[in-house]
Amino acid sequence: MSNEPTKMDAKGYWSATVKLTISLLVIWFAVSYGAGVLLRDVLDNVSIGGAPLGFWFAQQGSIYVFVALIFYYCFAMNKIERKYGVKG
Amino acid sequence: MDWTIFFVVASFGTYIGIALWARAGSTNDFYVAGHDVHPMINGMATAADWMSAASFLSMAGLIASLGYGGSVYLMGWTGGYVLLALLLAPFLREFGKFTVPDFVGDRYYSTAARVIAVICALFVSFTYIAGQMSGVGIAFSRFLGVDFNTGILVGMGIVFIYAVLGGMKGVTYTQVAQYCVLIFAYTVPAIFISMMITGNPVPQLGFISNVRGEDVSMLENLNQVVTELGFIEYTSTNKSWIDVFAITGALMFGTAGLPHVIIRFFTVGSASAARVSAGWALVFIALLYTVAPAVGAFARYNIIDTVNETTYIETDDYAAAAEGITSDGGTPVPEWFKNWERTGLVGFEDQNGDGLMQIRGPNAPDGLANEVTINNDISVLASPEIAQLPEWVIGLMVAGGLAAALSTAAGLLMVISSAISHDLCRRTLFKGMSDKTELRIARVAAAGAVAAAGLMGMNTAKLAFVAQVVAFAFGLAAASLFPIIFLGIFWKRMNKEGAIASMAFGLISTFSYIYYFKFVDTDPSHWFLGVSPEGIGFVFMFFSAIIGIVVSLVTAPPPQDIQDLVEDIRVPGTRTRHGSVDDDMGPMDDHTPTPAE
Repeated sequence: MSNEPTKMDAKGYWSATVKLTISLLVIWFAVSYGAGVLLRDVLDNVSIGGAPLGFWFAQQGSIYVFVALIFYYCFAMNKIERKYGVKG
Repeated sequence: MDWTIFFVVASFGTYIGIALWARAGSTNDFYVAGHDVHPMINGMATAADWMSAASFLSMAGLIASLGYGGSVYLMGWTGGYVLLALLLAPFLREFGKFTVPDFVGDRYYSTAARVIAVICALFVSFTYIAGQMSGVGIAFSRFLGVDFNTGILVGMGIVFIYAVLGGMKGVTYTQVAQYCVLIFAYTVPAIFISMMITGNPVPQLGFISNVRGEDVSMLENLNQVVTELGFIEYTSTNKSWIDVFAITGALMFGTAGLPHVIIRFFTVGSASAARVSAGWALVFIALLYTVAPAVGAFARYNIIDTVNETTYIETDDYAAAAEGITSDGGTPVPEWFKNWERTGLVGFEDQNGDGLMQIRGPNAPDGLANEVTINNDISVLASPEIAQLPEWVIGLMVAGGLAAALSTAAGLLMVISSAISHDLCRRTLFKGMSDKTELRIARVAAAGAVAAAGLMGMNTAKLAFVAQVVAFAFGLAAASLFPIIFLGIFWKRMNKEGAIASMAFGLISTFSYIYYFKFVDTDPSHWFLGVSPEGIGFVFMFFSAIIGIVVSLVTAPPPQDIQDLVEDIRVPGTRTRHGSVDDDMGPMDDHTPTPAE
């Protein structure tokens, strides 16, 4: 593995991974438990196409965000892997 | 009838053809499809694996009757994939072996932990598979005119062929075919119905559109219709927020901890492929899960619209009686209601003797009693008939429901068979076993599991019972498996004693709570913190994690070799033989450096 551009930094890789994971889980929590359950009554005052917004997040919106979160995670993890010289 | 037979026979033929093509030659093929499935293909197989008869047949019906309360299933059964992708799948893939008990046994360097994990995996999988088998029986008995038990036998035969011959390899490729069948079957009627009610062909958009030709949105209109009949608003719930929160959590963490979902991520080539694969899995799942709330709302709307205040028909000659009622200026009960009445899943009891069918909620303003009972499970299967769609659509739905049930059953069988042949026989009881012998035992175990699942399906014909035992599966997966897998990756200090204490607590506490409040004391006011049995796994998950942490801290730290193993699985491409000292099988990765020991 002498032709690796950067030397592998496993510690840096892991702490970057954990940081990314935590921030994505915050969004995950916010769109499901946050918008769909805890803040539903507030959000329901706004309507999207006749559907109360909190209700919409619980039945549709959260799922779209979940999909986006995972693909963003893949993208960001590839970047982290390159940065710290980890070969996935 | 003819269309139904056509679709069922054609789809079953395809599955068997694929099974013969994808036969397994080694345990590596049999357990993990050779570790080389394309991430997108695995995503599709995972989606079929995951979406069971419950997702396909029951979920939209549950949403239809619960309204907002049904959101727990939508968020819970999709949000779990975020946890899986971020917290478990890539690391377990990097670990590089076959099963969940494999990980637990190696990471916690303990046969006892491995055996407890086997018990959890078997318990979760068996409760789940019985539901699939009885789903198959129902689909057959309603649509193909065969006996419930014969239906289960036919389903068992099909699963037997591709799971026993093909193992994970055969299961993977049949699941891809089954996904295509089930998603097509689910969306086609939804598109038709969305067009009819809202004029918008995309169900997700129809869900937030106006009623066709009117200036009021579909959901507002539905809210108004149901409140006038004495139900609570469709977009609200009378469940407490704590309970909604806990049930959503139990389903999410339970999903992430279900062995048959986790093992699908062992089949791809690398940790980064496992991440992408989880993303694809959720895309394919979301295709159905974002349509389901629309199907649910439309079903609620259509059922009330076509049944309420119609004149009931007693006689068997539907056509003549209906004509008579229409010529008298009345509206006859729709034909689909009479068709389903034979199954006992819908019923009518004329409380006020006026011959009309009143659908009413608990607080009906006109004070009338409800006279119509409709089982949630028919909402999807009957929706083409309710909307008077062509007959081939009904045939398609049946093939789709069977695909959903069979694909999940096959995935569960793989867990059961590998837990027995690999974790119990090879890793615990007879350590020197050859690959060939293990493969033979795996096939025998799969065959035995098919038979056991079929028998369970025949004996759990009561749908209500099946729905209740599913709460066990998720609660147990969340409280017993999720914490130790998660901590095993993210906390190096977690040791054998902590893991055993945590799993044992999760298993026993959750099992006892669900059993007690489902079968002994069914009074909701006695619930702990107001949390229902469905949601309790979420609460006990935290206790179980805390117990694991505390016990680990007061006992000796895990050996250096195990701490190195944790380091290895955190960073892709660095896995060595750490943690494999007590067995003859190193990690299965191609990129693994030669062992240093």
